Amino acid sequence: MIKALIARLKQGYRTMPFPSADIKLPPRYLGLPRLKSAKLDRAAAVCPFGAISTGAEAGLDMGRCVFCGACAKAAPEAVEFSKDYKLCASSRRDLLLTGKEFKRARTLGADLRRLFGRSFRLRQVSAGGCGACEADCNVLQTIGWDLGRFGVQFTASPRHADGILVTGPVTKNMELALRKTYFAVSSPKVVIACGACAIGGGPYAGHEECVGIPQDIPVDLYIPGCPPHPLTILDGILRLIGRVD
Amino acid sequence: MKTGHLSCFDFAASDIDAGIFFETASSRLAAGGRALAYFAVPEGAAHRLVLVVGFDREGRVEVYSTPVAGPFRALTPSFPQLHLFEREIYETCGLKPEGHPWLKPIRFNTPGALPGVADYFTVHGSQVHEVAVGPVHAGVIEPGHFRFQCHGEKVFHLEIMLGYQHRGVEKRLVGGPDARSIHYAETLAGDTTAGHAWAYCGAVEALCGVNVPSRAQTLRAVMLELERLANHTGDLGALAGDVAYLPTASFCGRLRGDFLNMTALVCGNRFGRNMFKPGGVNFDLDHALIKELSLRLENTYRDVENAVSLLWDTSSVTDRFEGTGTVSKEAAEGLGLVGPAARASGVGLDTRRNFPYGPYEDFTLGVSGSGDVYSRAYVRWLEIQKSAELVRGWLEALPAGPVAAECGELKPDSAAVSLIEGWRGQICHFSVTGPDGKFRYYKVVDPSFHNWQGLAMALRGGEISDFPLCNKSFNLSYCGRDL
Repeated sequence: MIKALIARLKQGYRTMPFPSADIKLPPRYLGLPRLKSAKLDRAAAVCPFGAISTGAEAGLDMGRCVFCGACAKAAPEAVEFSKDYKLCASSRRDLLLTGKEFKRARTLGADLRRLFGRSFRLRQVSAGGCGACEADCNVLQTIGWDLGRFGVQFTASPRHADGILVTGPVTKNMELALRKTYFAVSSPKVVIACGACAIGGGPYAGHEECVGIPQDIPVDLYIPGCPPHPLTILDGILRLIGRVD
Repeated sequence: MKTGHLSCFDFAASDIDAGIFFETASSRLAAGGRALAYFAVPEGAAHRLVLVVGFDREGRVEVYSTPVAGPFRALTPSFPQLHLFEREIYETCGLKPEGHPWLKPIRFNTPGALPGVADYFTVHGSQVHEVAVGPVHAGVIEPGHFRFQCHGEKVFHLEIMLGYQHRGVEKRLVGGPDARSIHYAETLAGDTTAGHAWAYCGAVEALCGVNVPSRAQTLRAVMLELERLANHTGDLGALAGDVAYLPTASFCGRLRGDFLNMTALVCGNRFGRNMFKPGGVNFDLDHALIKELSLRLENTYRDVENAVSLLWDTSSVTDRFEGTGTVSKEAAEGLGLVGPAARASGVGLDTRRNFPYGPYEDFTLGVSGSGDVYSRAYVRWLEIQKSAELVRGWLEALPAGPVAAECGELKPDSAAVSLIEGWRGQICHFSVTGPDGKFRYYKVVDPSFHNWQGLAMALRGGEISDFPLCNKSFNLSYCGRDL
C-alpha cells in the first residue's frame, strides 16, 4: 500500500489542460492542409487515394486524405500541411478544401445542446478498419486526457448512449451490427464518423467488401485523419456539444 | 526447398510432386517444423498449394509447393497448427481438405455467407448454457463473436468466430507494388504499423535485391521497439484495470501515450505511419532529435518501471494473475502459437533471435513461463526492459550513412518470405511475382492468426468471469486476422 502511495506521488498529476494555448504537436505532425495554389495537377498525380481533384472543382478532400504527405513532398508549391489539429466538419462537403477558409464543425442546435452539452454518452462501433481509430478513442479515456471531465463518456450499451461514434469503412460483415446498434439508441441521437475509413473508406475506398455508413444513418460530425490525433477527436466532440468555440 | 528468410528464390523451384508434397509436409512438421504459412496460389484454372515451414532453432525456412485441382489430403488431424490455414484455403479457393474435422468459414466472404452464421460447438446436458457475446462489445474495441459453453461459471469451451473486419486487403496487394501498397501494409493491423510495414518492405527489398543502409535498418528497429514498448505498456495497464488495480492501470494508460508520442516525434504520426518505404525510411534523426528522444525514453521508462513494479508486489493482483488462463507448452507448440503468448508458455521463439534481421544480430532474451496470465504479463515486462535497452543503445550509436536506397524492378517469377517480430509475435509476409515483376500473390499471416485458438484454450475449464482478463493477456488483433 505504501509503495502504491509513493508511486502515486512520483507519477504526479498528468491531466493536460484543454483547450490550451500550450499544446505542442511534434514538428513532423501533419495537420490541416493548406492549398497554396489552384494548380494541383502534380499533387493530384501522387495521391494514392484520389483525394486531390483538379480543374474547375480543384481541391483537397480531407475525407479521403490519409495525411501521408505525398502531395506536399511532390508539390510543395501547391500543398502544405499546417500544425492545426482542428479538422472536424459538420458536413461532408466542408471537408473539401479549396482556397477558401475551412468551415469547422458547428455546435448542435439549442435543443440538442441543452440535452447533450453537459452529459454526452457515446457508443463506439468499430466496423472494419485497422483498430488505430479505436486506440486513439481509448486514449481519451486515460488520465492524460480525462474525457470524463467534459461530461463525455463511452458507454457499454447503445441503450445508454446519446449517439454512436463509427470507425472503419463499414465492412459488409458489420453493416447489420452497425444498423442494429444505431437503431438501439433512442432519439434524438448523434452520429460521428471518426477517421478516413468511416468518412470515405480510407485506404479501403472502393473495396467491394466495404459498404460505408448507410444513407439512412445521417452523420453529424466528420473527424478526418488516419487515424485522427486524439486532439482532433476531442476538439470535434467538444465543438459538437458546444464546449469549445 | 531450403531458403532463408528475406531472400529471393525462384518460385518454380519449390514445386514437388503431389504425393511427395504431403509426405514431405508431414515429415517436416513432425521433425519440429512450424507452419509459417499454408495457402493456395491461383494458377490458371487450378491452384498451387504452398507450405512455408520454419525451423526456429536452425533459423531455416523451407518452402514446398504442388499443383492441386480438387480435394486434397488434410493435415490438420495430425498437425492442429494448420487448422485455420486449411479452413482458409477451403473458404477462399473451394479446394476441400479431405479429413479436416470441421471446415467452418473464417471470414464469411463467399457469396451468400452471413457473418457469424455457422454451426457452433455445443454442449448439451442439464444446466449447461450458452453465452453469446458480440460482434459489438462493451468496450471501445474491434468486433468479433464469442460463444461460451458453460456450466455455471465454468467454461467447457469458448468458440471465437471472427471475420467482421474483413476488408479484402490481400487481393488488393496483387498487381503491386504501387502507391497504395505501403498504406495497406501499414493498416493490416493499425497497432502494428511498424511490424507489418517492415515485413512488406522486407519482401519488396528481397525481390528487388536492394541492400538497405544500416542506418535505415536501425531507425526501423527503433520504430519497431517503440511500438512494442507502447503496446506492452498499454497491455500491462489494461491487465491491471481488469483486476481492478487502478494505480498501474492509470499510470500505464498515460505512459503508453508517451511512447506513441515518441513515435510521432520521429515521423509525425503516433502509430508510425509514413515512416517506412521500400529501400529505407522517410525520416532521419538529427542530433537534437536523438537527444530529445533519449531523454523522453529515460523519463518514460523510469515511470513505467515504477508503475509496473507495483503489479508484482500486490497480492490482489498476483492472486488473480497466477494460475488463470493457463496454456501448456504442448498446447502452445501444437497450435503453433507465437510471440509473448508462446514465450509465456515456455516456447523459445523470437524472430529477432531465431531469424535475425537488421540490427538484431546477437539478440538474446531468456524466457520461460507457466503459461498463465501472470506469465503473459511478466514476459511483457521482460520485453519492455529489453526494448528500452536496445533503443537506448541504438540512439547512442546510430550508424552513419543514408537512410534509403533506390529500389529497382522486382525480379519476375520469384518469391520471398519476410519475417518480423511484431509486438504480438511473428509476422509472415509471403510474396510471389509474375513474369511482369508485379505481385501475383501476396499472403499475410498476422501473429493473431495463430494465437486466437490459444485464447480459446486458455479459457477451457476456466471461469467465464476470467474472460476479460484472459482476453487482455493475449490482446489479439481482429483486423490482422480478418485482413
